[in-house]
Amino acid sequence: MGGLTYTMLDAMKMSTAEYYGKTLCELGAEHPDIVGLSADLAKSTKIGLFGEAFPERFFNVGIAEQNMVGMAAGLAKAGLTPYLSTFAVFASMRALDQVHTDICYQNLNAKIIATHAGLSFGQAGSTHHCTEDIAIMRAMANMTVIVPADGIETANAVRAAYEKKGPVYIRINRGFDQVLYDRPDYGFRLGKAVTLHEGTDLTVIACGACSWRALEAARALEKTDGLKVRVLNMHTIKPIDEAAIEAAIMDTRRVITVEDHNVIGGLGSAVAEVAAGLGKSLTFKRLGIPDCFSIIGLHEDLMAHYGIDENGIMAAVRELMGRDFEADENWDDEV
Amino acid sequence: MPLTREEKLRLEQKAHELRKLCLETVVWAGSGHIGGALSAMDIMTILYHKYMRLDPKRPELPDRDRFVCSKGHIGVGYAPVLAELGYFDPELLKEYNHTGSPLGMHLDSTKVKGVEASTGSLGHGLAVGLGMALGARVKGESWRTFVLLGDGECDEGAVWESAMAAAHFKATNLVVIVDRNKCMIDGPTEEVMGLEPLADKWRAFGFEPLAVDGHDFDALAGAIDAALAAKDRPVAIIADTVKGQGIDFIAGDYRWHYGSFDADKKAKALESLERYGQARIAKARGE
Ligand SMILES: Cc1ncc(C[n+]2csc(CCOP(=O)(O)OP(=O)(O)O)c2C)c(N)n1
Repeated sequence: MGGLTYTMLDAMKMSTAEYYGKTLCELGAEHPDIVGLSADLAKSTKIGLFGEAFPERFFNVGIAEQNMVGMAAGLAKAGLTPYLSTFAVFASMRALDQVHTDICYQNLNAKIIATHAGLSFGQAGSTHHCTEDIAIMRAMANMTVIVPADGIETANAVRAAYEKKGPVYIRINRGFDQVLYDRPDYGFRLGKAVTLHEGTDLTVIACGACSWRALEAARALEKTDGLKVRVLNMHTIKPIDEAAIEAAIMDTRRVITVEDHNVIGGLGSAVAEVAAGLGKSLTFKRLGIPDCFSIIGLHEDLMAHYGIDENGIMAAVRELMGRDFEADENWDDEV
Repeated sequence: MPLTREEKLRLEQKAHELRKLCLETVVWAGSGHIGGALSAMDIMTILYHKYMRLDPKRPELPDRDRFVCSKGHIGVGYAPVLAELGYFDPELLKEYNHTGSPLGMHLDSTKVKGVEASTGSLGHGLAVGLGMALGARVKGESWRTFVLLGDGECDEGAVWESAMAAAHFKATNLVVIVDRNKCMIDGPTEEVMGLEPLADKWRAFGFEPLAVDGHDFDALAGAIDAALAAKDRPVAIIADTVKGQGIDFIAGDYRWHYGSFDADKKAKALESLERYGQARIAKARGE
């Protein structure tokens, strides 16, 4: 298993994208079929590290995302494994037709590592915020969608993407993430949620930057309110871990989702789809960006503003714990 | 018409003030796209202080001239231009990038008066500007539309789709200015993705390209006059500029696309801007 070389010390020094860049260099040494592409964001996305290590296998296409994605499709058709990187907003929207038709439709083996996602480029404003990409990429047939929670998980995801044949979209943040994992061997498996905290009162299902915050909230609630909150890090949004969602519903009956994304179409929607399909009673709340273009500011501040930080999660847990709902065995209007 | 000596002196003084306010804004913001802001400052100065018909007190005036800052990342340079004209309180510059501020890295037309289009995703501005220009034609209005493009931005295919359409629709009430500072993020433009022969490309797409020194007000005025007088083909002014112009230790260095200044660096930058600006002012005075 790769990524094993990373330690807690690295996490303090390395941005999430640096984990990506370094992991891709390791992978590149192992697999000569890997090629890289960027669109004048080689440095910002850290795929430039791969470009320095393997200049003959790297293409910086200039500021031309659509061309980059189309070229990746061609490289994949030539039997290579392209990894491409730009900001999430451009990967998911500027070049979407190419992602859809050139990559997903033909089920090509291309990996899109999109950085500066969610509100992590907060000060850049809405042209650079990306709170739609999970919804968009999830709707593309053949696409696998991963939202790692920190640098070490990003290293795992970048490796898993190589093993998984077909298109993969990995969404990471700008800059440093809070450190959720201090070692890589915590059992990362594509499509399998990681239980960060055990609990029977309520389940918080999180991804990306929200996973660490959900864990902090659960720990705090245990101390202050004596609540036992289960926390799932749902790093793979597609295919989603239906078994973990079902277990959460059956064991806790209260579910909150939290994501750095529009409440429409992302993790919350994916969980809701599974929950509705099960037909089991639950009380449910989605935390995220409330279908608006975000204000400008620092990522941390914006997460607090939209209630997807520790405090926002704690408030939502208390609200849901206070909410009355019928347990399904008591329903008499069922027949 | 050539610039009078007074006009030129006034523009030099204004550009000097604005370059300094841009640096201050970067410091207030914590960091910013100073390189591309300074390469474009003379262009924005002459547009806003000589050519554009506008009234900052009435930013919605129907017949105002339009400016689309397609290289939207230079908010730290564009916001000072607007603030200084009175579109909003210059005190707001001190909160640039702060949480909840209307001013972020890329200016938002829904938050900042005077901004015609929310740009920041490169390659959009020419299409939006062309729409504005054709809108004037349809409505029988006389406003002119100026679009500022980055040279790296010209890598985007969308720019050329718009160029083809502008020529096709003979949008001579549209003036394109390319800030040819020869730098983008990952390196010099010709190393990352060669653009030359850039003037020939614009010509092939139906424009009249005019290559001028983008830090020379006389040259810029001549080109803009020609663009505004164009009858058959729209003009693309290719303004030869220097990224980070005026700050000696960043000028021409692509690594200063985006950066920050600690107290020491800021003092040095300000000194350099002062020297640079005063020399230009002295020259305009004929000293
Ligand atoms: C569609 C798109 N892709 C990438 C970026 C990221 N980006 C911001 S500025 C920049 C370089 C711009 O270079 P240029 O147009 O030459 O501007 P200048 O050098 O004048 O600042 C890039 C790639 C973006 N803003 N939009």
